[in-house]
Amino acid sequence: MRDLFAVVMLGGIYSLLSASLFLDLDAVDVAFTEASVGAGISTLLLLASLKLVSRYERRTRYKPALALGVIVVTGALLIYGTLDMPHFGSADAPAHQHVAPRYLEDSMEEVGVPNVVTSVLASYRGYDTLGETLVIFTAGIGVLSLLLVSQVTKDESIKKVPADMQQQIILRVVAKMMLPLILLFALYVQFHGDYGPGGGFQAGVIFAAGVILYTMLFGLSNAQRVFKREILELLTAFGVLIYAGVGVVCMLLGGNFLDYNVLRHDPVHGQHLGILLVELGVGITVAAVMITIFFKFTWRTVKHKYIKE
Amino acid sequence: MNIIGLYNYWIVVVLMMIGFYIVIAHENLIKKLVGLTIFQTSVFFLYISLGKVSGATAPILSEKWQLYSNPLPHVLILTAIVVGIATTALGLALVVRIQEAYGSIEEHEIQEQDAQDQLECQLEAYGFKKKHVLSIQNLEE
Repeated sequence: MRDLFAVVMLGGIYSLLSASLFLDLDAVDVAFTEASVGAGISTLLLLASLKLVSRYERRTRYKPALALGVIVVTGALLIYGTLDMPHFGSADAPAHQHVAPRYLEDSMEEVGVPNVVTSVLASYRGYDTLGETLVIFTAGIGVLSLLLVSQVTKDESIKKVPADMQQQIILRVVAKMMLPLILLFALYVQFHGDYGPGGGFQAGVIFAAGVILYTMLFGLSNAQRVFKREILELLTAFGVLIYAGVGVVCMLLGGNFLDYNVLRHDPVHGQHLGILLVELGVGITVAAVMITIFFKFTWRTVKHKYIKE
Repeated sequence: MNIIGLYNYWIVVVLMMIGFYIVIAHENLIKKLVGLTIFQTSVFFLYISLGKVSGATAPILSEKWQLYSNPLPHVLILTAIVVGIATTALGLALVVRIQEAYGSIEEHEIQEQDAQDQLECQLEAYGFKKKHVLSIQNLEE
């Protein structure tokens, strides 16, 4: 398939299908994330960059026969390697023996949060999640520095950034009705993540998706009146600061880094507070990074138009 | 031993190889990134299918259920998905910059331009002027 637009669209459908497969495999939080990230943000980013590069692929390829040979051999070896793996769905697989039983049995007493995924994410494996948040932060900075937009372009073209879909009245009206609901839903997912599927990662992405929808329909300059670049960049770092700050406060109160038990007199209350704050930090960083990345890609398109004119 | 119970791994391997093929056989950088995403999803499937227990439910504790799937792979993959999109965005930003610098995102065109630049630089270092370099190029052709 040489039309990259079709490739990107099929990619979005593939993501949505894999989200429903994750749901079938009991991974509700993962399905949630895949649906909002894969089918939403990733498709949009690919489309935004397609606007900047050519839409069609040239026909040339590397020797397909050789590549086919490589993947057949590798695939055969990998399948041979699976022959002594535990069967699908078996309860006595080694993966279920190590720490998972402890998470499932003790997390209610130790953390007091029904959604085990949230308690493992924010409490038991808090270091890991801090690292992941930092990776997202770093990727955001990377995109910022790669797609810098000069102040001159900005000043001169800020008044003439009409949205591409300005003419679509139906879409505009529907989007206006949906937007508050999407943002509210993002907040619900953020703060209800302890009890149902959800949490900072999903909420951040959903919030960003709402803002991106607004940007596409009402223009970048309108969106940037609300979400100023400086504030977004500050928020990107602020989320990480909240996360790491909670860890430092725990240390100051005499516990270990990210040991929420000391935050309150009652360890379970401390855990609740810690998880809430940490998830908030994650949500802020993820939302700010996603919005910033999308804005940067859109600015690039504006810049190209401006240069052509 | 019944091998049909291993079908989840085979789906993962097939998906992974499809992604791998796209990455090594296509020249278009955007397509390479899409292939990388498919490769990535296959790893997600591997982890999530490892965590599945037959007859279990999602790991949200409740009185009604006794058996839950393993929450640990869910946590790992949840964060991996979001990190994946952040790194894909970084890759796309690089692709956009490459397009601006070279005017193309096909790998062999980029490499040709690089080779050309290198040749010109080397010839210039040996004392040829820009004008001469161009004429040598013409002679070669």
